Amino acid sequence: MATAEVERRRGQLAALSIAAVVIIVGVPLWWKTTETYRAWLPVSQIRELAKLQLQLSADVEVVFARGTVTPEQQKKVPLTKTQEEDHAVDEGTTLKYRYETKYRTATIMEEDALNKPAAAEADLALHMLSESPCGSLVIYVIPESSSLLHEDVKVYVGQRRTALLRVVAQMRTAKTFEQLLDRLQPHIIQVLRMMSFSRADITAALSDRVRFHPGSKESVADSMRAFKSSPGYEITFSLLNPDPKSHRLHWDIEGAAQTYIQPLLMKMSPVANFSIDSQTLHYAMLGVNPRYDSSRSAYTLNADSLAHVINPVEARLGSNAASSNPVLNFLLYVPDSHHSPLYIQDHHKQEVYNVDSSYGPEAEFPVDININMAKVMGIFLAQLRLLLGVQSSPPPPGFLVAPCGSTGLADWELDRLMWSRSVENIATATTTITSLAQLLDQIGNIVINDNIAEQVSNAVTSLQLAVAELDAGNLGFALQFSKEAILASEKAFFDPSLLHLLYFPDDQKFAIYIPLFLPMCVPIMLSLLKIASEARQKRREKQAKKD
Amino acid sequence: MAAYRCLRCARLLLVFISSWYVVASSEETTQGHDRVSVADNPQTAADTAKQPLEERRWEATQVDKAVPGDAAAAAHKQDFPVPDSVLTPTPQLNDEFKEELVIRPLHSGDIYASFQFRTVWETDFTRGSKVSHYRLFPKSLGQVISKFSVQELHISFTQGYWRTMQWGQPYHPSPPGAELWVWFQDTVTDVDATWKELTNVLSGIFCASLNFIDSTNTVQPSASFKPLGIANGTDHRFLRYATLPREIVCTENLTPWKKLLPCGSKAGLAVLLKSEKLFHSSFHSQAVHIRPVCQDQQCKTMSLELRQTLNVVFDLHTSGQGKREWSLFKMFSRTLTEACPLAASSKIYIDITDNPQEEQFELSPATPLLSQAVVLGDRRTFSVYDLTQQVTFGTVRSLNVLIRWKSTEGDMLRPLLHAERYVAGYGLQTGEIHTLMYNNHPFRSFPVLLLDSVPWYLRLYIHTLTVTSKGKENKPSYIHYEPSKDRVRPHLLEMLVQLPPHSVTEITVQFERALLKWTEYTPDPNHGFYVGSSVISALVPSTVAMNTNITEEQPLFSTFFPCKEESSYFVRVYTEPLLVNLPTPDFSMPYNVICLTCTVVAVGYGSLYNLLTRSFQIEEPNPGLAKRIANIIRKMRGVPPL
Repeated sequence: MATAEVERRRGQLAALSIAAVVIIVGVPLWWKTTETYRAWLPVSQIRELAKLQLQLSADVEVVFARGTVTPEQQKKVPLTKTQEEDHAVDEGTTLKYRYETKYRTATIMEEDALNKPAAAEADLALHMLSESPCGSLVIYVIPESSSLLHEDVKVYVGQRRTALLRVVAQMRTAKTFEQLLDRLQPHIIQVLRMMSFSRADITAALSDRVRFHPGSKESVADSMRAFKSSPGYEITFSLLNPDPKSHRLHWDIEGAAQTYIQPLLMKMSPVANFSIDSQTLHYAMLGVNPRYDSSRSAYTLNADSLAHVINPVEARLGSNAASSNPVLNFLLYVPDSHHSPLYIQDHHKQEVYNVDSSYGPEAEFPVDININMAKVMGIFLAQLRLLLGVQSSPPPPGFLVAPCGSTGLADWELDRLMWSRSVENIATATTTITSLAQLLDQIGNIVINDNIAEQVSNAVTSLQLAVAELDAGNLGFALQFSKEAILASEKAFFDPSLLHLLYFPDDQKFAIYIPLFLPMCVPIMLSLLKIASEARQKRREKQAKKD
Repeated sequence: MAAYRCLRCARLLLVFISSWYVVASSEETTQGHDRVSVADNPQTAADTAKQPLEERRWEATQVDKAVPGDAAAAAHKQDFPVPDSVLTPTPQLNDEFKEELVIRPLHSGDIYASFQFRTVWETDFTRGSKVSHYRLFPKSLGQVISKFSVQELHISFTQGYWRTMQWGQPYHPSPPGAELWVWFQDTVTDVDATWKELTNVLSGIFCASLNFIDSTNTVQPSASFKPLGIANGTDHRFLRYATLPREIVCTENLTPWKKLLPCGSKAGLAVLLKSEKLFHSSFHSQAVHIRPVCQDQQCKTMSLELRQTLNVVFDLHTSGQGKREWSLFKMFSRTLTEACPLAASSKIYIDITDNPQEEQFELSPATPLLSQAVVLGDRRTFSVYDLTQQVTFGTVRSLNVLIRWKSTEGDMLRPLLHAERYVAGYGLQTGEIHTLMYNNHPFRSFPVLLLDSVPWYLRLYIHTLTVTSKGKENKPSYIHYEPSKDRVRPHLLEMLVQLPPHSVTEITVQFERALLKWTEYTPDPNHGFYVGSSVISALVPSTVAMNTNITEEQPLFSTFFPCKEESSYFVRVYTEPLLVNLPTPDFSMPYNVICLTCTVVAVGYGSLYNLLTRSFQIEEPNPGLAKRIANIIRKMRGVPPL
């Protein structure tokens, strides 16, 4: 009996040691050999970024011209004040706007400039005196008697980063400097909203991240019109000639692009890279038939049906083979001789997009037509501004906005665009990075290579830098870093190596493991269970004996 | 009106004649090449003048050779210098578009139709200047060329195999499947990366699987593919050549190809290109060739030339219930109503060389225009329909060219050079590739350049390479061999072989079939693996003397014998692609192996485990069956068991 007991103990020990070997050696070995390579990712930093807290700071200088402050008030200047404003977009996104306002009196040279006869000249002269950095603003407070502005104009917004603010009667009654500032403040805020970032802009820029609350139909259309921020855009002009048999079209697109489009793009080069090309498409038909309007003896096309025109043409436009940037297509359609003249009928007004083609029926085909590029490019340029996201909200009453010069874009407009683009880039990059981190976290099969980890950490570093630069008010650097962040994050997100083992189904894994694991683990399990039950029984017996 | 046309025609003649003089003299000075073959000669003009009553009129034409053959491609570099100029007529506009269709009745009863669309654009895209405004030239291709700094690009998609022995030489030879060869500009630093990116972009443009071109099927031929346009250097580091013999060509490739035409498929000859008819044919090949060419004879400025070609062979004999008759409508299910309004010239040529007296077939509507051209070493006569003339379309305002055969006789001239290839051997371990090259010239031998690109999974035993003609060993004068690297690059074999007259030259080389990794097999591995066609480039002696014009300004002593050194023409012949079976495993095997191994392990492990953990005791002998039954009964009765 004793030998049987010894034998039983030996069996139990053997089972236990086999189980121990399997657990101590086998499981780690299996774990190690079937592991997927996953490089380290800065998860905690990504999590921090997921909660987007941005602070936008702008430097504002308020310069008092002679005659706007009393000598008593003048003693208080120069003075620096900081103003903060919180803007909680949603629980994950909070923004803080900070205006650092510096008050000072005008220098003699500035006084000279302000004494110029016209506002535009003063604007230019002030710009020559000192170049204000990107993102900053200078507001000149000028006396009521100044001849620079018309009587009904309260504020003149220049082509650069300056505005002229006329002192209104109620400000003049201010006794102390503080009172003056208090009364000045609402006007300054108004100017800032106009020339620098505004809540609406920033909310629109965050539309990727924050659920959008559609207001009116107009605002939805406006917010959808602008292209998403991208490191580059391809601009393509296409001339559609549906009837090359009767029209031979000539357009000097090269010269026109050089004259009208290039200055704007040069100005916008800090925001993105642009390339321009053009093509002529023959036999490009409208998808719809224009209706003949006998009252005007012309063909009309409803503005609603323009959407149907795009589809058949789009197939022929061709995507840009050489780059993956978004393409902005501008189409010029010259109606064929059977549907000429053609008018587009809108809800509000009747617009005419017609190319002058006055020829008699006896003309010999094909007719050579030279297209008036100035007319066409005017429309294209206005559309291009909208597509690129240059907002042109109507100025508040009493504001006079200087007409934009040859570049088609004022400095402050560019600043506004850069503010919203920086915020948009940062928001997009954080969304990309956090969703990538989330995805990698959820699917354990994905291999994370070192290059992806590197891209992710690059993106995170650039994001942190961009946020810091925004904080410090260096708009140019902030935009630069935000662009880098977007590039790196997209590169990491769309890396093909992430797809390799993404969909390795679990049932196949089981099918491979079961033939080995089932026959090996079942005896071990059974004997372990048996040992455990025996041990329990023994203890119970002992308990009974004690009792 | 008629007088006016005559006048114009005469002017045309004049222009071409003068240009031809210049060509001839330039050839003289540069010891040139045979790119431009001008077919007219003053005699024909004289004929016109002498016989005004005859209805037929000779028209001077300049027919560019089908494959713009260049001498250097065919043979050794020193023998044939690379041409440094390509001549094109001076365009008035910045760019110019021409279209033409050549129809050749074949002796087998088939019809060969060859479309060619040519856009020449006066622009300099090489020197880094950004070209971005396009008119006739397609934007998508232009962007590709300027982005990837492409010097020359040749791409072809072919369905079916060109039967040289039955059909003669094609105007634009191409191998079955897809073929792509590109010369990059010497400013490109990383050619391989650019090539990879280019193939991906092209595969998007042409809806083809060109993205499967990688280093395992790309070679850099040292001599076979030389630039066809203006080229400064011929360093083959900037050349890449790849074929995909497996590529199936269909409608999705034709549609993007048609989109590159300025008129699309809306007007001109392209209205005939309907895929339901084009792909119901024995042979279909479409190609795009881009190269820089000279703008004029002085060659001071460069132009970019885009040639889109489409060749198709219809087997109308079988579908026409034995009646030998065809028309444009029967072939393409369309007739022509207008030329492309953007085209500077739009013409249909019908080869009537074998039918001078209309004894073989009858052509209607009859056309008064005739043209002669030397194509592929043979002087051919063509009937010409000029689509830019309203007269061509007649009263019905549509042109439906019709040929009705009268007799089925007639011999085809055997092509002077043709080649075939096959795999010999048995089993799945080794094999032998045989390439046969036929020189059918009765008395002249000529050199040919053979290019073979064999994938790495056929391991060539290069020491078994033999070249024999007429039972004797034929030693190649030039061999360029690059061995393969597994999964990295294919074998490249180039040889310059002299083919004796009236002979067959056989090249054999043995190979071993490699065993692939299981992920490297195609989805249908038992179909076999394709090996691309061999390419044979040659200068074949011409059967006609090229230069019969004796009124040329030359010393008299040099002009008696008409035959000149250049009286040979360039051809490129592609052999059949090979289909080779590789040893193919059973693909469920990995799982079977897993299951079997696991079972064996489990059985061994199970018995070991039992031995170790069980305790063994002597069991009492089993009570008999009767005793057990008795016990059960006793139990039921409540009596103690036995």
